[in-house]
Parts: sequence; C-alpha cells; structure tokens
Amino acid sequence: MSAYQDLKYALSDGVCYAAQGVTPESFATYCSRYVDGFLVTIELLALSSILGLCIGTLVAVARVSTRPVLRRGAWAWSYIFRGTPLLVQLWIVYYGLGSLGPERLGILWPLFKSGWAVGLVVLTINTSAYIAEILRGGLSSLPVGQLEAALSAGMSRAMAMRRILLPQAFRVAWPAYGNELILLMKGSALVSTITVMDLMGQTRSVFARGYSLETYLYSAVLYSLLAIILTLGLKAVERRLNVG
Amino acid sequence: MELLGFGATGWGDDLLRGAALTLQLAIVSLAIGLSLGLLLALAKLSRFAPLRWLAQGYTLFIRGVPEFLILLLAFFGTEKAVAAIAQLVNLQGDIDVPKFAAAVGGLSAIFAAYGCEVIRGAWLAVPKGQIEAGHSVGLTHWQIFHRIRLPQLWRIALPGLGNLWLVMLKDTSLAAVLAIDELLRVAKVAGEVTRQPLIFLLAAGAIYLVLTAVSDKMRATFEARANRGMAR
Repeated sequence: MSAYQDLKYALSDGVCYAAQGVTPESFATYCSRYVDGFLVTIELLALSSILGLCIGTLVAVARVSTRPVLRRGAWAWSYIFRGTPLLVQLWIVYYGLGSLGPERLGILWPLFKSGWAVGLVVLTINTSAYIAEILRGGLSSLPVGQLEAALSAGMSRAMAMRRILLPQAFRVAWPAYGNELILLMKGSALVSTITVMDLMGQTRSVFARGYSLETYLYSAVLYSLLAIILTLGLKAVERRLNVG
Repeated sequence: MELLGFGATGWGDDLLRGAALTLQLAIVSLAIGLSLGLLLALAKLSRFAPLRWLAQGYTLFIRGVPEFLILLLAFFGTEKAVAAIAQLVNLQGDIDVPKFAAAVGGLSAIFAAYGCEVIRGAWLAVPKGQIEAGHSVGLTHWQIFHRIRLPQLWRIALPGLGNLWLVMLKDTSLAAVLAIDELLRVAKVAGEVTRQPLIFLLAAGAIYLVLTAVSDKMRATFEARANRGMAR
C-alpha cells in the first residue's frame, strides 16, 4: 500500500514540477493538492465504476428473473437508490449508520469510520442501481425469440443470459452507460462532504485558505479534463463494440 | 418515534417545512431553467455561428463539471458580487448573502444546459413538412411557432424534461451544504441536536422517495394527457 502511496506522491510531484511556470501562480502554489485530489477522484471512480458494473449486471439479471422474489428485490434496489439523492445516501451511511459507534457496528466499524470507504460503497451501490436500469432497458430491447432460440438449443437460462443476451444488451446500453459514468464522476465530488480529500475536498480546503474564486475554476477545468478523457475513452470502446 | 412527531418537541413539522423549501427551490429553478433552456436551444438552432458556439461551450462546461462545484461557484460568486456592490455604494455592516437566489441560479443553470438539448431535439423532431404547410397557407412565423411547433414540442420533450426534473429535485439536496434550510439540512441539524442522526436522515430519505414517486406519477399523467389523440 505504501509503495502505491509513494507512486501517487511521485506522480503529483512530477506533474507539478512540469506545471511550474506554465500555470498561473495561484494554481502552482497548491498544485500538489489539486493533483493529489485528482488522483483520489480517479481512484474512487475506477473502483466504484467497476464494482458498480458487476453489481448492476447482477441486479439487471435479477430484474428479469423468473423468480418473483428476485424480481421484486431488484426493483426495490433500483427504486430506492435512484429515488433518493446521492448526498442523502452518503450522509445516512456516514453520519447516520456511523453514529451507531464501534460497540454496535462491531467488525464493520473500520468501514463506517472511513469516509473514503463509505464513499466507495455508496457510490458503487448508487451507480449499480442506475446501471441495472440501463441494462434492463438493453435486455428488454432484444427480441424474445433470441432467448427462446437459446433455450431450445439446449442452453440453460444462465448460459443464454451470459452468451447471448448480456453481450447484446451491453452493446445497446453502452452510450447510456457512458452518460452514467460521467454522472458518477460528477457525483463523486459529494464525498468531499464526508471528509474525503478528493479533488473537490482539496479544492474546498484550498478555497478556505485564500478565499479566491479561481480555486473553483481550476478545479472545474480539471473535472472537465477528466470528462473529456472519459468521453473519448468511451467512444473508442464503442467503436470496438460495434465491430461486426 | 415522538422525535418525528409534530409540535414543540417533535421535528416532524420542521422536516415538512424543509420539504416545502426543497419543493420551492426545485419549482422556481424549473421555471427559470426551462426559460433559459429554451433560449439556449434557440441559440443552438441559430444561423449565427458564434451564438451556436457560445451555447455549445456553455453546455459542454456544465456537463463536465460537478453540480456541487457549480452550486458552490454560484454561492461564493454571489457572495463576492454582493460584497463588491456593497463596497461600491458604501454600505456598512454585515450583509446577508441571498443564499436561496444563489442556489436557484446554480440549479437553473444546470437544468438549462441539459434542458436545451431536450428542447432542441424536440424542435427538430417536428416534421419539416408541417412547417412548410404552415407557410404555404400563409401563417406568420409566430403563428407557426405557437400553433404548430410549441404544442408538439411539449409532447415530444415531456419525457426528457420529466427526467431532468427528477434529477434536479434530488440536486436540491446539495443546497444543504450552503446552509439553506431545506429538507436534508433540517434532518442533519435535527440529528445533531437530538443525537439521533440515523432516524432523521432516514426520514429525509423517505420524504425524498415520496417526492420522486409522486413526481413520477405526475409525469405519467402529463404524458398521457399530452399524448391524447396520438396513435400508439
């Protein structure tokens, strides 16, 4: 873990050394803070988007399951996490559940104590609910004949799902998933309200020192940069998905 | 449970008042955001290129930047502006920042950026033949706009705008960080005072869920109304 931390520090030192002189002084002074925060944002985004995609896929499959319990459970999952604000979810877990304290939370306490961990869990759950809904749309856009053909060829439902339906659903859902990823990136800024020093957290603390609006503008530029990189990456994947 | 009750010891009435402020924030921002969105859509459809670029740049900026950042920028921007004006006219003493107005400004700026895309799409979805038909029977531009385009624009744009409304309703919760006494902030304060944060935050979550559920039902009703007389 510490080697990883060292790597992050080395990265931010390197970037800031290069940024010296070519960026305004009010940015260069706090450069390492912006870059540190940027890396935390990327970290949270990468982990929660991958985990969220896995959970979201499971929830989407449960949504079209033949078992009513699974169907209803998956519906409730999407409904609750899409129907309440992300900020409320973060605060419920961090300030609400976290207030139960170490005695009542037991081995889960370290998780609830850390803003970073709570942020990761809540972002993952939140995006999984949206992804499930997107994938369900993709699944229901497929003709019923495909599932019937797979079943009559002797595949199990699970196999038909894995080999026939889900790959196509992913292709249909990809552009919508791209939108969700950008929204997740923007939503991740809210973890700064539960003490995480992501890009937004660092920005707010730099702002508290100098009280200059430029602070937010620099941060906005960095977020836009991330959005552009994500958009380009998503487009590249989309082109690959549409091959053949 | 008595914590959530009404009256002097319960926080139920405070929570409801917070929910009312949440709705107020969302509705005022919707009205302003929709108007701005229409203007932006017109700018994007304009034949004057710099206007198109300006609108395009604006939506790109808003879409890539966290809502939270935009709200903070609106808040502190307003604060600076107010301070500057106060200094200009030589006002003494403490001046309150118009927090509500700042939040509405931020929220409607976000709504407009997304809304203009929906409106633009709906504008282009009205078949050209209908507009030409309008011209050929001698309608003026204005008549074509409000007799032919607008009624259909509404129908086509409704699902998208409904989505944006739900997004904005949830985004109002960010105003809690700006110390505006909307639902989430009331719940947070109540939790701190009574040392029972979980109950109050869950209650706030439940109220948000009710608000979004009711909005969803209303959207379905509106859509059914807008689609009456349409073939399925």
